[in-house]
Amino acid sequence: MDNNSGMTIIVKTITRITVPIIILYGCYIIFHGHLTPGGGFAGGVIIALALLNVMIAFGREFTNNWLNINFLEKLESISATLFLVLGILGFLIGTTFLLNFISKGELFRLLSAGTIPVLNIIIGIKVAMSLFLVVWVLAGLKLDEGESL
Amino acid sequence: MILPFFIIIPLLTAFLIAIVAGKKDNFANGLSIFSSLLLLLGAIYNFFTQNQEVIVYKIGNWKAPIGINLVQDSLTIFMLIIVGLISLTSLIYSRQYIRHISTNWKYYALFMFLITGMNGVIVTGDLFNLFVFMEIALISAFALVAYGGKAEEFEAAFKYAIMGVVSSTFILVGIAILYSATSTLTLAKIAEQIPNISYKIVYLVGGIFLMGFGLKAAIIPFHTWLPDAHSSAPAPISAMLSGVLIKVLGIYAIIRIFFNVFGAPEFFLNIFMTLGVISILIAGFLAIAQWDMKRLLAYSSISQIGYILLGLGIGSTLGILGAVFHLFNHAIFKSLLFYNAGSVEMTTGTRDLKKMGKLTKLMPVTSKTSMIASLAISGIPPFNGFFSKLIIIIAAIQSGHPFLTALAVIGSIQTLAALLKVQRFGFHSENKTKITKNITSFGMKFAMITLAFLCFAGAIVIIPEIKEVTLDPIVEVINNNSEYMKIVLGR
Repeated sequence: MDNNSGMTIIVKTITRITVPIIILYGCYIIFHGHLTPGGGFAGGVIIALALLNVMIAFGREFTNNWLNINFLEKLESISATLFLVLGILGFLIGTTFLLNFISKGELFRLLSAGTIPVLNIIIGIKVAMSLFLVVWVLAGLKLDEGESL
Repeated sequence: MILPFFIIIPLLTAFLIAIVAGKKDNFANGLSIFSSLLLLLGAIYNFFTQNQEVIVYKIGNWKAPIGINLVQDSLTIFMLIIVGLISLTSLIYSRQYIRHISTNWKYYALFMFLITGMNGVIVTGDLFNLFVFMEIALISAFALVAYGGKAEEFEAAFKYAIMGVVSSTFILVGIAILYSATSTLTLAKIAEQIPNISYKIVYLVGGIFLMGFGLKAAIIPFHTWLPDAHSSAPAPISAMLSGVLIKVLGIYAIIRIFFNVFGAPEFFLNIFMTLGVISILIAGFLAIAQWDMKRLLAYSSISQIGYILLGLGIGSTLGILGAVFHLFNHAIFKSLLFYNAGSVEMTTGTRDLKKMGKLTKLMPVTSKTSMIASLAISGIPPFNGFFSKLIIIIAAIQSGHPFLTALAVIGSIQTLAALLKVQRFGFHSENKTKITKNITSFGMKFAMITLAFLCFAGAIVIIPEIKEVTLDPIVEVINNNSEYMKIVLGR
């Protein structure tokens, strides 16, 4: 690892400690989306911010080696496709698009609310990947020779 | 119940293209043509089976004010057919045309998002959902305008993006005000509440919406983005933007909100009429002055949108009939003219009318179809454009506006002059051009010939028996504006 890229050693050390916790928190928000405030979008944003935290602290080069960007791009499209497939399943099993066709389970338990937790997870992946990749692509833009902002 | 699939199919296609397509665009092109063919066939199937009824589709089985519902009436089916038709021909046209820019699948994914957004705006029965789908369509349109990757294209896309986002913000503010006044976002429910709220709020929100949707429809004075964006975009995208996008995001949204929700207040109808005539005249003059072929066509789009708005503003059955018919006709001949311009640009490498010439021998299909489209748009019988303009002009006389009628006739002469300029300088002039090879492919010719045929065939819609089943139900939907609310809410 190139120690010169990215920010200072202090930032890198703190990031190393905090990023897993932030991702864990994001997962918590996503998984409890049907019970508490938050959900797929909010949790996805938190996970995207954790990944961006790594990008800012360690630099683009390091993040590129750490994450498989191509895979993340595919994951973004796959999650959106899964959402649509789940919606169409509601149509095939029941009557309408996005019908909640799984058993609703017990109230206020983690395994309840039918398809909503599944949709939340899918949305979480989609939002996390999209937001991260948007900033990733924008950060990759370079100015032309002799151009200034 | 295939209504939600008008959104699902293009969305699924876009993501499938992103997952599966490799470096080449063969698969992406094939898949997107297939899915837009499905959309067109679905819309035609709905036309033949359900044109006379209103269908409300509850997503996830949630009832109207709580969940989002999709509404299908004859106006919806009509717009879906236009989107399906123009997107299918544009995709067939794109296969060869886009390869001279790049062979990337991203074009087709963005194109599918554009269709998703437009179909979403058309089928939705919820005001905020309409806004979201409008944004999907707009953002993909920004990206597609800049697809060529040259400086002027980026400038046009940036200008379009700024203007589009400002107008979207206005629409959002309007939605917020309307929501605070009526406590609901379902269009039918808002329509039910409108008589109970202060008329001042209706006028305020109406003004904001007129500015927001007016910018999307490129009505003068909100038109400044259009000539840049439509002339810089790749030709099939220009055809989509000019042929469908400004109508779906602008005119269709205006019809739904001002007619079906607000109940067509007299005050706004007069504004539509005035803005319509202003658009016809000013854009007509600006079109004549252009030497860039696509820019000329872009200005002429604004002037034709003026006719549609004039017809809507007259508000009589005949006026709305003319507006709806002209909307359909304009989608066909303007898309065709943009295909012609794209084909000429690809072969000669220029859009400047002064540098073209002697193209009739070299490009027989392009020059003949462009002649048909020019005659149709100028309102020469027996083409479809003649009948729709005639209906609008008769409606204007009947409603007692002889002055506006005279101006609309002058606008038609302006269109003729502008398009004659294209024919005279673009195709028939004696300029020596060095080009000897025509690179228009079969797909491009097929798209052009199909639309040229429809310029003829479109005119049969005016035969009373056919009009009864095609255009009359649409006029009924727009005219009996409170019916919409009653049927959707099941009253």
